[in-house]
Amino acid sequence: MEYKGVWILTEQAGGRIQRISHELLTRGRELADKRRTDLTAVVFGHRVAQADLEELIARGADGVLAMEAAELEHFLVEPYAACLLKLIAEHRPEILIAGATSTGRTLMPYVATRADAGLTADCTVLDIEPETGHLLQTRPAIGGNILATIKTPRHRPQMATVRPRSTQPAPRRPGRQGKITRLTAPAELLASRIRRVGFVPGEDKHGIQDADVVVTVGRGIKKAENVKLVRPLAEALDASLGATRDAVDRGWLSYPHQVGLSGKTVTPKLYVAVGVSGSIQHLAGMQTAETIVAINSDPAAQIFRVADFGIVGDLFAVVPILTEKIQKAKKM
Amino acid sequence: MRIIVPIKQVPETSAVKMDEATGTMIREGVEAIVNPLDLYAIETALVLREQYGGEVTVVSMGPPKADRAVREAIAMGCDRGVLLSDKAFAGSDTWATSYALAGAIRKLGTFDLVICGERATDGDTGQVGPGLASFLDLPVATYVGKIESAADGHVRVHRLVEDGHEVLDVALPAVLTVVKAIASPRLPTLHGKRRAKAAQVPVWVPKDLALDASKLGLEGSPTRVVKIFKPKITRQCQKLLAGDEQAVAAAVDKLVAFLRAKALL
Repeated sequence: MEYKGVWILTEQAGGRIQRISHELLTRGRELADKRRTDLTAVVFGHRVAQADLEELIARGADGVLAMEAAELEHFLVEPYAACLLKLIAEHRPEILIAGATSTGRTLMPYVATRADAGLTADCTVLDIEPETGHLLQTRPAIGGNILATIKTPRHRPQMATVRPRSTQPAPRRPGRQGKITRLTAPAELLASRIRRVGFVPGEDKHGIQDADVVVTVGRGIKKAENVKLVRPLAEALDASLGATRDAVDRGWLSYPHQVGLSGKTVTPKLYVAVGVSGSIQHLAGMQTAETIVAINSDPAAQIFRVADFGIVGDLFAVVPILTEKIQKAKKM
Repeated sequence: MRIIVPIKQVPETSAVKMDEATGTMIREGVEAIVNPLDLYAIETALVLREQYGGEVTVVSMGPPKADRAVREAIAMGCDRGVLLSDKAFAGSDTWATSYALAGAIRKLGTFDLVICGERATDGDTGQVGPGLASFLDLPVATYVGKIESAADGHVRVHRLVEDGHEVLDVALPAVLTVVKAIASPRLPTLHGKRRAKAAQVPVWVPKDLALDASKLGLEGSPTRVVKIFKPKITRQCQKLLAGDEQAVAAAVDKLVAFLRAKALL
């Protein structure tokens, strides 16, 4: 039996399908159309809302495979992997994509090894090679200094993860038809040597990923105290504060602020980079922002390559004046 | 507690420069270091050994010079180390790397924990930890930010996820991947450096491991890099020079006008 069809791995919490699933539908629909094949959304969970499964169809899936059991309510690597491997063996999808989330980044490599499948992490672009039909997976490589396109010539399925927020959710198209199949997970697949005994919600509810405006500091601010200089600018713009890997590694801001391949991907309306050089791994996390402004003293800084507006100058001179003028402009 | 820590030698990536003309990496003068995120795995293992006794073994795969990475881990306090090095391992993707490391770990004998860094700073995939857990048929807890306790053949860990952290009870043996929050890596001691210098670091080749040769290296890797390139510039940047006070004021005014025109203020 040949391998056929594009699958996305959805995520649910408390029986409700999460946003990343709709973003994956955008990616999956495009690939399925190019391959002239069907798009299937795979769901693992317990008592997943019927309306949410129908919404997957409305947003572009041709079919939904929902496998359910009480043991699948929360992500546990062994039962999830066993169930996914069973579905792969039965249906033989050609392409399987998942979110580069704590779930996807754990489940996908666990499954790829068993399935003898190729897996590429954190793809920024997914495409189909016209001549061969192979999945072309593009991602930053070598510490994020360059882009690499990767192929899985002989192994199937071709598996990849993509960053949350690197795509818009697929729009709802009422009237789309598709088949929803609810399956009960076989009991023999549900054993787990890991038990989830508790969950503690995080404090940071308003993360940089949900912000309309992000102001990010990089190595150019020189030291931790200078974050203070940039905070008023962020406040004036109602922005969340982001940081480059360098700034986080130096302890200037904590990891939840990190933007880039090694941190979070953001797609705000406005992104202001202050003292950010713009390594490719950083650009991979912010270049889909609608408008990008950069302030940097080095005219050759990479960040200007993706910026819409740049000020080449000393940020210590520019930022206070910019803050003041934005405050004034907002009052007008 | 017997613990194995797989580590990787990586280029010091912040020092990596690209050759603009050819689009390739300039490797000359780039220092090779222990993957910074692996240091947290080493530290975690050493702390567990201090609490519960036992031994810590590091294992690495790479060119012969990766011997230095193994010795650095020993200098930090690991008991012993082994290096997988052979042309047959070259060009491994994460699948083939997981496969080879799993073979080496099996050869090392019984253990309670395999502790990995979250990912390597050069490849940035984070796939090898879960991959080798799968090959070893072990449970894996990723993104571990805290080990609460280890008792009765279990560890209780905090696994950091997007909206908080899970508390997991993991039956041993198991694989953990740890994040920076877990510990501050110690520096090598003078005594450790002396031990590291004198240590025997065996080099294992494929025939030392009971592995299928067709699954090693580039040949055994499902994925292939087909193209490497610099990203295209997609935006036109309106770039203003702000060298002195006047120019700063003028540039800032233009920026404010730009933001207003886009309805961003």
